[in-house]
Amino acid sequence: MIREYKTIQEIASPLMVVRQVEGVTYDELGELELPNGEIRRCKVLEVEGDKAVVQLFESAQGINLAETKVRFLGHPLELGVSEDMLGRVFNGMGEPIDGGPAILADAHRDINGLPMNPAARAYPAEFIQTGVSTIDGLNTLVRGQKLPIFSCSGLPHAALAAQIARQARVLGANENFAVVFAAIGITFEESEYFINDFRRTGAIDRTVVFSNLANDPAVERISTPRMALTAAEYLAFEKDMHVLVILTDITNYAEALREISAAKKEVPGRRGYPGYLYTDLAQMYERAGRRIGKKGSITMIPILTMPEDDKTHPIPDLTGYITEGQIILSRELHRKGVVPPVDVLPSLSRLKDKGIGEGKTREDHSGTMNQLFAAYARGKDAKELMTILGEAALSDDDKLFAKFADEFERRYVSQGNDTNRTIEETLDLGWELLSILPRKELKRIKPEYIEKYMPESK
Amino acid sequence: MSGIITKVSGPLVVAEGLADANVSDVVRVGSQRLIGEILNMSGDSASIQVYEETSGLGPGAEVETTGLPLSVELGPGMLENIYDGIQRPLPEIRALTGECIARGVQVPALNREKKWQFTPAVEPGAFVAGGDVIGTVQETSAILHKIMVPPRMKGTIKSVESGEFTVEQTVAVLTDEKGVDHELNMIQRWPVRVPRPYSAKHTPNRPMNSGQRIIDTLFPIAKGGTAAVPGPFGSGKTVVQHQLAKWSDVDIVVYIGCGERGNEMTDVLMEFPELTDPRNGEPLMKRTVLIANTSDMPVAAREASIYTGITIAEYFRDMGYDVAVLADSTSRWAEALREMSGRLEEMPGEEGYPAYLASRLAQFYERAGVVECLGSDERRGSVTAIGAVSPPGGDTSEPVSQATMRIVKVFWALDSSLAYARHFPAINWLTSYSLYVDTLRPWYEGEFGEKYMANRDKAMHVLQEEAELQEIVRLVGQDALSPADRLTMETAKMIREDFLQQNAFIEEDAYSSYFKQFRLLDMVLEYDAACRAVIGTADVNKLFNIPARERIGRAKMVEQDKVAATFDEIIAEMKTEIQAVAEGGEDE
Repeated sequence: MIREYKTIQEIASPLMVVRQVEGVTYDELGELELPNGEIRRCKVLEVEGDKAVVQLFESAQGINLAETKVRFLGHPLELGVSEDMLGRVFNGMGEPIDGGPAILADAHRDINGLPMNPAARAYPAEFIQTGVSTIDGLNTLVRGQKLPIFSCSGLPHAALAAQIARQARVLGANENFAVVFAAIGITFEESEYFINDFRRTGAIDRTVVFSNLANDPAVERISTPRMALTAAEYLAFEKDMHVLVILTDITNYAEALREISAAKKEVPGRRGYPGYLYTDLAQMYERAGRRIGKKGSITMIPILTMPEDDKTHPIPDLTGYITEGQIILSRELHRKGVVPPVDVLPSLSRLKDKGIGEGKTREDHSGTMNQLFAAYARGKDAKELMTILGEAALSDDDKLFAKFADEFERRYVSQGNDTNRTIEETLDLGWELLSILPRKELKRIKPEYIEKYMPESK
Repeated sequence: MSGIITKVSGPLVVAEGLADANVSDVVRVGSQRLIGEILNMSGDSASIQVYEETSGLGPGAEVETTGLPLSVELGPGMLENIYDGIQRPLPEIRALTGECIARGVQVPALNREKKWQFTPAVEPGAFVAGGDVIGTVQETSAILHKIMVPPRMKGTIKSVESGEFTVEQTVAVLTDEKGVDHELNMIQRWPVRVPRPYSAKHTPNRPMNSGQRIIDTLFPIAKGGTAAVPGPFGSGKTVVQHQLAKWSDVDIVVYIGCGERGNEMTDVLMEFPELTDPRNGEPLMKRTVLIANTSDMPVAAREASIYTGITIAEYFRDMGYDVAVLADSTSRWAEALREMSGRLEEMPGEEGYPAYLASRLAQFYERAGVVECLGSDERRGSVTAIGAVSPPGGDTSEPVSQATMRIVKVFWALDSSLAYARHFPAINWLTSYSLYVDTLRPWYEGEFGEKYMANRDKAMHVLQEEAELQEIVRLVGQDALSPADRLTMETAKMIREDFLQQNAFIEEDAYSSYFKQFRLLDMVLEYDAACRAVIGTADVNKLFNIPARERIGRAKMVEQDKVAATFDEIIAEMKTEIQAVAEGGEDE
């Protein structure tokens, strides 16, 4: 039996204290009924004796302590899942906002999910061709990976994410795919950019959108990505789909978390973010992956803007410790007109080694990848030296490396948002660039591959 | 004995009516019987840390104490297994609840049905004391599991069995001094927060061979030693830990995935059975115990996981084995500690970490060491503890790194700028250190002659000099250097690229024997010496571009059994070419 309480003792948005409660449990979902009949939702953060500390999901505006009723529903926040969600738009609480009918749910799922048993995970090893050279060639994405894009305000991360969503495919496979897109506190325009892109390519019918825009309540941002992941888990592991999840922007999510933590008067960790930020983010990110015996997969591309372009800020820092690599965008390259402005050196895909090589991409992939990285790093050093001391200070080898670095940025990195390169094109372009360098420097590539793939010298 | 919950706040639960319970007792919470541990007592109310998700728990639910502290089960069946932070076997949880870990699952740590072939090692009538081996079980093809008398027990063997038994069946009966009979089976239970006893502790004096050149040659770790691997994300901490788990010349590896990625554990689970130990040809999984409390699993169990791991390690040490414990990452463990401390409303120390962070870390690392085990045969065993540290932003001035640095003897500092240039392992040779170099020197010199350590010191010197010369080059350019300095820079580059860089993903390079390490470094230094002899007269650029340089650069890929012959050949070729350059003089 559900009891109703009219015993709200205090409200300090987004928190509320309810007295004289009975049988209330931790993490339980609650409903507030305002005197005008409006329903808002909340969840239990702490129960002590007959006192419950409750977090509102929406604004506290208009709540009257004496007249507002509270009901506790006996279960945590849930999402009703169904295949009919494809092509629909929901708010951060999982309610349809596209004017369509309500979803007839197949099942109701706790949006927090359950931790995946490490013994039940299947290691991601299927190469995804995104058509972007800096990703395919150097920071290879595989199915089931979580690979975030670290961006800065004003950089075109949306264009890159949309390009990946548009072009990504597994070679030789024609399987059921879906996109789950969670807009977390972003602007209408940015959200519309993605949705228009999905519409343009026809992917919109295979897309589920969860939208919490900048003017929606900040606390709802806590549930938005969880809703999206609950939908993704259902589609991937029960409906055998390969799901690409795009979460943007994680920075807004972490800020909402900080807001609630501060309201709860918790001891803050770095920069005021709660000490459990790592665990909280991990519980989201770790929901990506593959499972043994299941066909589907969840590949995740979270996007975050680094405050002050600082990679050591807690949000990118903790994300980098959980995710399997990161694609970093560079303001400097963006100014130079490089599209997409991927900063190759600090970018990384941890799962690339299992997804590349003979039978997956090509036998020479690993060696050329390492060589390109090393050569670009050295070329950049040489260029730095050149700006201080002039070109004459460089050795002959270093001059070649500097030339290589320029060409690499101009041709390899800067491919534009509409070019879709096959992996062979990417690898061959790498060889073409490596032919600038003296052969004795190509230590990371097996000699037989140099014989086989190196284009005839200029 | 049961109490009633009065408060629930995340993993922290407060219950009343537990006056008879002890601090550190394991309790069962609520109708789902979640596992928890008592942290504090005040009157009859206890603060409990619950090792599982507490959603759905509320005041009024029952809490029952087991009267025992958090313990592990030690016995045959741990190797090749994968446990969560409180030693529940994950494969069996998977069989019970599917791909996700449901709450309140209870599975014994050791398989109760499996029968083991027990071979007695004592006769009836023998007097035995704690640590004495009463029999053995061939647990895996690589490891002989010794069944020992539990510590603090002694008496006369009344009877001993032989044949196939489950872990719970009695394999021997021991009569103590008072004439009371004790039935011994193959399980020992031990509280995880209490170090297992030993007879004596010794100073570590043998190196642990890891097959990693920068570790074995420049910054060696001793068996029984402690080391930390700090580094920002993407600098290759986990790969270093995996390499150590794979190639270290220890008998047993306990790998603790503490608050890290799920796929990394999957990687180990998939890869280790395929890899073979270079020393005995057995699959590496046969000597490995995995503890996986990944970042999405409950935070309180993460706190327990490193104690579970090191207790298992101590148990194998007590058999006389060399054990390595790899904890990835101790920072996540410290965060779990911080989270619980915050919920207990304790006064925070630096950056919100509790004031007891440093002492808890020290207690963990101090459980490493070389010991003379309990038991009459005076066998020795060791536990080597290696912890990864994940400092925020890679800045080691934070509390966890600082507290760790005060304790450990070896510090392999990972550097993101090396990682960006794909110099792996990205261990910085200028900021890393090993305090075992001097204690291990006699061992190296005894095994390989004095040249081994002399070469090491020379290499360190060259690298140090390179750092200084680079400052000059940055200011005035390379041309300002004398030919001798340019040679030093070139030699340093060769040490970095041709010796220190090691590719974990290429079979020939992943593991490097001491012999190969020695010959490789020696070859680079021979090149340096040969060039230095003619540097006054020969053209430096020509010396740097002799064809043998490419062969030196690829020498690390030479297979183990061809090292001696191939390296001799390269050195001869190199000397001839240097000679030719020298005779050509300086003119073009």
